[in-house]
Amino acid sequence: MFALSLGSALIDGLRDSIAVVACVSALAGIGLNVQFGFAGLLNFGHIGSALVGAYGAAIVVNQGGPLWVGVIVGVVAAGVLGLLMGLPTLRLRADYLAIATISVAEILRVLANSARLQSVTGGPIGISNVADDFYSINPIPDGRYGWGSFSYNHNTLWAMLVGWSLVALASLFVWGLAHSPWGRLLKAVREDEEATRSLGKNVFAMKLQAFIAGSVIGGIAGIIFTFDGGFVKPDFFIAQTTFNWYLVVILGGAATIIGPTVGAIVYWFVISVFNSLLSQAIGRDGWWFISSTDVGAVRYVLVGVSIALLLVFRPEGLFGNKEEAVIGEH
Amino acid sequence: MSTDTIDESRSPAPGPVRSSSGDPILVATDVHRSFGGLRAVSVDHLEVERGSIVALIGPNGAGKTTFFNVLTGFEKADGGTWRFEDHDLSGKPAYYIARAGMVRTFQSARVFPRLSVLDNVRLGAQNQAGERFTKALMKWSWRDQEAELAERARELVEWVGLGPKAEDFAGILSGGQRKLLELARAVMAAPRLLMLDEPMAGVNPALRQALLEKISELPGEGITVLFVEHDMDVVSAAADRVVCMAEGQIIASGTPSEVAANEHVIEAYLGASSGDLRDTRTGADSSDGEL
Repeated sequence: MFALSLGSALIDGLRDSIAVVACVSALAGIGLNVQFGFAGLLNFGHIGSALVGAYGAAIVVNQGGPLWVGVIVGVVAAGVLGLLMGLPTLRLRADYLAIATISVAEILRVLANSARLQSVTGGPIGISNVADDFYSINPIPDGRYGWGSFSYNHNTLWAMLVGWSLVALASLFVWGLAHSPWGRLLKAVREDEEATRSLGKNVFAMKLQAFIAGSVIGGIAGIIFTFDGGFVKPDFFIAQTTFNWYLVVILGGAATIIGPTVGAIVYWFVISVFNSLLSQAIGRDGWWFISSTDVGAVRYVLVGVSIALLLVFRPEGLFGNKEEAVIGEH
Repeated sequence: MSTDTIDESRSPAPGPVRSSSGDPILVATDVHRSFGGLRAVSVDHLEVERGSIVALIGPNGAGKTTFFNVLTGFEKADGGTWRFEDHDLSGKPAYYIARAGMVRTFQSARVFPRLSVLDNVRLGAQNQAGERFTKALMKWSWRDQEAELAERARELVEWVGLGPKAEDFAGILSGGQRKLLELARAVMAAPRLLMLDEPMAGVNPALRQALLEKISELPGEGITVLFVEHDMDVVSAAADRVVCMAEGQIIASGTPSEVAANEHVIEAYLGASSGDLRDTRTGADSSDGEL
């Protein structure tokens, strides 16, 4: 009986770990990793980049603009936000920067939510039906693809294909950057700003560039998220999501190339397996103090516990460098 | 009272430090910096002669490091000008000053712990095409330069004797080794004036001699050296000229033996520091007695 439910839970986990939600997390994580992993910038407002990317694209498409213009507007908006969020790094670092950036993201969410801007952003309701153009360029013929539990219609497959291709491209982009002298300099900024300055390097320019690059990738995550679901609304862009992305980065291994992608896959796998197992174990009537509607919250508790354990026994994350993590503690 | 002493010291001593050859690489005039009511730095005039090794000495709290920080853009000056070669560097940001060819190290060595020793040194190199974001992904545009830099970095790592550690993370190096690494990294920047803030601090006596020899080699490579040091033996061995600071001002300058013999220096620097030691000892003794 229990073995049966474990099997279906694992299938649920695998499904979610390759779904568009996972590649959105992976993309966002890749962007965050440029800022946090490589440059050491504590950006707690990364969700803001996804928000402006998503809204930029959705607003253009909603106003009748072509898809490609929407994508460009989303990407540029995220880049500009990266620049704006990077400006405080001139004076703020670490926790102060974190507070400034989380504020920016919250301001953006509140703005998107405000009734005053309803004609543009749709206020609390958001903007729907923005994905028609995205799916109309789907080259995959109509029908269902795959086997059994892993069977997708042509549109889902299209979104997954685009999403994971972008993950691959973004990873390649970051790999190229990380293995260049620019990447080396970025790590130097992370390690010691003053020493970097003493070598004639413009630290502020480096931090701005890292912020912009990371924010653009975060914006692309937001755009994919929007086209996958077909609508945006402010509730998607709560501050907590940024911390889930931190989790994704740290889980996989900060300052690694595939870390965020692996982290996202593992994160969604674990979330989904716990969700499935809990739902099955509790059933409709609930169990002890947990009712069936609590499952969504309780799974995060279990995820938190398992991640705490991982970090106790493997602080460098799944793919991080052990020696590097140990040195980092000093 | 202390200002009187300093003013008197100017007339017998050379006073304002002027280079004899008339080819100064660095000229600082009227540089001052205060913290609240404390005048940390108040230097009327300092010249560093090209190709020389100049030691900056003085008791703790004399303002040597603050003066260094001000000259290299790590701290804002309240006023004053300083020229390096034909650049006016007064008030310029730190990276600008380093790019102009005036590179400093730190009192407690600042290495990049989670980068390899070799990468640490490579970072010193100036004008790296690959460090520009727009060129980072175009490997062909920086591949050749990178290979040259790698070779030069390897030479410098060997030069300071860290060859066996070249691939290790800098974070595992000892304090003395970090000092050596920092020296190699600063030399990699091909400075024309190298400013070393207590290069011997934390370095064990065995390494000390090696480090001293490295520093003495630098003028031959076209690098003028200005260094802060406490140890008079080190100063006598390495420096062509010595400048002594006390309470933010330059109180004497000259050859090591001249400065060592200067009574104001003895009073302000050696006298004060040995006096300090004596005070603490007697203080401890007397408090023991009282207890």
